[in-house]
Amino acid sequence: MTIIPTDRHNRMMPFVLLALMAIAVPLSANAQGTSVPESTTWNSLKGDVFGQQAIAPADGVVSIEAPKRAEDAALVPIDLRFKTDATSGQIKAVTLIVDENPAPVAAVFKFGKDAGVTHLATRLRVNAYSYVRAIAETEDGKLLMTQTFVKASGGCSAPALKNQDEAMASLGKMKLRVFPSNAPGIEPKTRATEMQLMIRHPNNSGLQMDQLTRYYIPAHFIQGLTVSQGDRLIMSMEGGISISEDPNFRFEFDARPGEDVRVEAADTEGKKFQDEWPLQPSSL
Amino acid sequence: MIHPTRRSVLKTSAFLAYCCMGQFSAARVLQSESGPLPVTEIDDGVFAFSGADELMRAQNRGEICNVGFIIGKEAVAAIDSGGSVAEGRALIAAIRAVSDKPIRYLINTHMHPDHIFGNAAFDDAGTTIVGHHNLPRALASRGDYYLQSFRASMGADLMADIRIIPPTQLIAGEETLDLGGRPLTLRAWKPAHTDNDLTVFDQKSNVLFTGDLCFIGHLPTMDGSIPGWMDQLEPLKAVNARLAVPGHGPVPSKWPEALDDERRYFEALARDIRKSIADGVPMAEAVKTAAESERLNWQLFEEYNERNATAAFAELEWE
Repeated sequence: MTIIPTDRHNRMMPFVLLALMAIAVPLSANAQGTSVPESTTWNSLKGDVFGQQAIAPADGVVSIEAPKRAEDAALVPIDLRFKTDATSGQIKAVTLIVDENPAPVAAVFKFGKDAGVTHLATRLRVNAYSYVRAIAETEDGKLLMTQTFVKASGGCSAPALKNQDEAMASLGKMKLRVFPSNAPGIEPKTRATEMQLMIRHPNNSGLQMDQLTRYYIPAHFIQGLTVSQGDRLIMSMEGGISISEDPNFRFEFDARPGEDVRVEAADTEGKKFQDEWPLQPSSL
Repeated sequence: MIHPTRRSVLKTSAFLAYCCMGQFSAARVLQSESGPLPVTEIDDGVFAFSGADELMRAQNRGEICNVGFIIGKEAVAAIDSGGSVAEGRALIAAIRAVSDKPIRYLINTHMHPDHIFGNAAFDDAGTTIVGHHNLPRALASRGDYYLQSFRASMGADLMADIRIIPPTQLIAGEETLDLGGRPLTLRAWKPAHTDNDLTVFDQKSNVLFTGDLCFIGHLPTMDGSIPGWMDQLEPLKAVNARLAVPGHGPVPSKWPEALDDERRYFEALARDIRKSIADGVPMAEAVKTAAESERLNWQLFEEYNERNATAAFAELEWE
C-alpha cells in the first residue's frame, strides 16, 4: 500500500454542494422523526440527481435490505441484490441515496461490462429516520428504483473514531477477503466469487463540530474507488460522507481465477491508496 | 453508557425490574430530588453514591453511574461529576455535609455524559479538573453531539445548565495527587471502554475507583476497543485493591472479583463475533445472536448488546 499526495480534484462537487445546502436546513425536525414515512424529500431531490429521467419501480430486478431500526446509526448495513438474467440484462450502475442525510447521495457505483456483479453490501451513516433507496441503471439506460425505510438518528454527526490514535496510524490500510463458497450463512454460488474490501479511513462527515473552535471538522472521506481484476473493471465508486468510517464493500462478481485483484482509492485530501492481491484458488 | 436508546417498552421493563430488585428503590429516588446525594462511607474518608442501572433521563436526573469523593487532611477530591449539573451540585452538597475542606480536584474517569455532565457544578469551587491526556480531544469531538443527543431524554430544564468542560490537568501513565497525607494514584489506561479511561486508587484505604473499566449488573458498553479492554483486565486485576467502586454496579464491590462478570461477557462476545467473521457471516446477521448466552446475566442487555456487537464486529474484522 502506498500513499501518494496529489492535487485535489473536484468531481465530488455535487456531493459536497448537496451537503452544504443541507447543513443550512435545521436537522432537528428530521432527527426526531416520525414513524410515518413521507417521500416529499425524495420528490424534491429526484430532479437534482436524475433530472427529468423517468424512474420505474425495480420490480425485483434490484432489491435492498437494511435493518428497520439501526443499532448504530453510524454503521447501518445495506444489502443490494441484482437480478441479471436474460430479460433484465446487466446493471450498469447503481446510486445509493439516503433521503434525509445532509448529503443524500451516499455513493454511485458503476460496474464493468462483464463484471457480473449480483450482490453488493456496504455500511452507511443514517442521520434521521429515512428512506434508503437504490436506483439502478440498466444496460439500455432505464432507471429502476427500490427503497426501504430505516429508523436511525445522528449517524452523520455522531463522532466516530473510538480509538483516534489507532485510526490515524492505519489510514488507508486495505484488506481483501475472499469467501469460500461453502461457508455457513452464504448461499451456494456457481461461478461468482464473493469478496469483501475494507479500507481504513475515518471518512469524516464534516458535520462533527470542534467544541473548542466551534468550527465543523472538515469532511475527509474516500471519494473515489476502483476495483479491477487484470485489466477489466469490476466496479468503481464515487462516494460521499454517508459511507461509514472504514468503508466496507462486500460484493459478488464473475471472477477469473489466477488474475490479480487491484484496488485504487483516493480521498478528499488528495491521498491515494492502492493495493493488490493475487486471486488464487488457495485463497478461495 | 453512550446513548439514549429508543425502546421505551423495554426501558420500562428494565426500570421495573430494577425497582423490584434494588435495595434503594423509592426512598433513594425521593432523596435525590433535592439535597445531598445519598452517599455511603466505604472506608474512613471514602464516600460513594450508587447510580441506578437505567438510561439517563429527566426522572433520574442522569444519576446512573457511581460517583464519589475522598477526603484528605487538606483537601477533597471528587471522582466524576454525574449526569447533570443538578447531580454535580448534590454531590457537592454531600461533600459539604461531611467536610468543609476545599474541593481541590474533580477527577473525570472518562468522557461519557453520565460521568461528566455535572462538571459545571464545580466551576465556582476553585476546583481543578483532572483527566486522561486523551480526554480533551475526545470531548472536543463528541461534546456537542452529547449535548444534542441527550436533549430529548433529559429534557430542556436539566440540559440548560450542562456544559462540556474539559480537564486542565492531564494524566499520562501513572501520577500521584496528594490530598494531605492521602496520596491518590491516578492511572491512564490504553483504549478499553473508551480511549480515555482513568482509574483512581486511594493508597490509604486500598479502595479503587475503576470508572467504567468495571461494570457489574449494568451491561458493559463498548466505545473503545474490545481486545484492548480484555488485554488490560490482567493489569487491572493486579491493582492491589481491597474494594472497588465500579463505574456501574454495587458500592463497594470486592476486588478483583468485580471483574469476573464482564470478563465472561467479553469472552462470549469476542468468541461469537470472531466465529461469525471467520465463517463469513455478514455483520447484520452476526450481531443478532452474538453473546446471546449472556442475556439473562445483565441489566440493559437489550439496549446495548447489539450495539456492542456491532462495534466489536467492526473492530475484530481487522484482526
